[in-house]
Amino acid sequence: MTWLDLLIAVACVAGVLGFISVVALVAIWTERKISAHIHDRLGPMETGGFHGWAQTIADMVKLLQKEDIIPDAADKPLFKLAPYIVLSATIASFVVLPFGAHLIGTDLNIGIYYLVAISSLEVAGILMAGWASNNKWALFGGMRSASQMISFEIPIGLSLLIPIMIVGSLSMQDLVGAQAGGFWNWGVFSHLPFAMIAFIVYFWASLAEVNRTPFDLPEGESELVAGFHVEYSGMRFAMFFLAEFANMFLVAGVAVALFLGGWHAPFSFLEISAESNVILHNLVGFFWFASKGMVLLFIQQWLRWTLPRLRVDQLMHVCWKIFLPFSFVNVLIVSLWIVLTQS
Amino acid sequence: MIDYFPVLLLMVIVAFMAAALLAITTFIGPKRTNPDKELPFETGNLPTPGNARAQFSVHYYLVAILFVVFDVEVAFLYPWAVQFKQLGLFGLIEMLVFLFILFIGWLFIIRRGVLEWK
Repeated sequence: MTWLDLLIAVACVAGVLGFISVVALVAIWTERKISAHIHDRLGPMETGGFHGWAQTIADMVKLLQKEDIIPDAADKPLFKLAPYIVLSATIASFVVLPFGAHLIGTDLNIGIYYLVAISSLEVAGILMAGWASNNKWALFGGMRSASQMISFEIPIGLSLLIPIMIVGSLSMQDLVGAQAGGFWNWGVFSHLPFAMIAFIVYFWASLAEVNRTPFDLPEGESELVAGFHVEYSGMRFAMFFLAEFANMFLVAGVAVALFLGGWHAPFSFLEISAESNVILHNLVGFFWFASKGMVLLFIQQWLRWTLPRLRVDQLMHVCWKIFLPFSFVNVLIVSLWIVLTQS
Repeated sequence: MIDYFPVLLLMVIVAFMAAALLAITTFIGPKRTNPDKELPFETGNLPTPGNARAQFSVHYYLVAILFVVFDVEVAFLYPWAVQFKQLGLFGLIEMLVFLFILFIGWLFIIRRGVLEWK
């Protein structure tokens, strides 16, 4: 390994971390503003002047000054370890997200497989937090969260198989590269309507994966107060909060990379070719990736303030009896289609 | 292996960042504790059973076992999905046999009412 490689790696990692912090701060602010406007309120208006844009930053500074409380009954080592696991599992998944032609932490040849594997480590952290708190609400929240996240991982894994089968690679840049040249080449529109079904199943299951409404039973404020992180305060709570919002962008980013064309523009004339200007090519790619991700993020937040919460049995019914057979049949039909049309 | 270096670097930096933030908060945050503050969050009284880790619905454990079965299967499908164009019809039929066995298992758990929550 040369010094240049090291330098590039450090730059990539710094870029990824910077992006996560900015996107989490923006997402928390938009969540408040969107919820407020859906409720016919104004939301934060004071901090920072323009529509309270600095509210999240002020909140972070406030959380930094708070006392770090660990209840007496808690299992102290596990209680302290849990936020680290949740945060690092989330952030380590971002390293394979393709933000642009060259803007990627590292283009692993098993990219999407790595992402699915690492992001599911988060369950361990959440279950750990729920167990260690030694609080009934936290334990209920942790158990519900774990059962829901592991259940919905199966439809997610099966629906991500569709673009992988069509492209024949696990590398994120290969998957994005196969969708170049206009929106009609995007993953959602190939093998109509089966890739579309896979996208819809993925999007709904990803809502459950990040514990968002209508699948927010683990955190249900009105029954479990806050679920697994009810005993956490100050900076440890902030780490869970950051991980939650980073995770929302992560699942949106995977949907964008595999189904919605990644960093490609909807029309090829809106892109700048890599031959004419590499830097501009990457920046325009980053713009498209981030805006598509933000649109999906907005839909996640819009759904949260529109739909009511499901019951546990309804949740399991949706996952095991609807999503699972649907995505199975989907995989079979697409594989038959590809095999029969190529010979 | 060089591909994996950024992954390692990121994990180290995240752990360091989180530890630094916690160090700052213990440094500037107040430390005023009393026995009531250290209680688990409930109603202000002691929690009813004393220890929260009571008996739990068996459904959660069943779901966890089912997850192991089906997720391992999905993990098997990934390498197949990358290579199945080369494997052709033969690979597809092999995979169909595998999926058919799992489908019978799925029908069994539905029929036994494992996912019925009462």
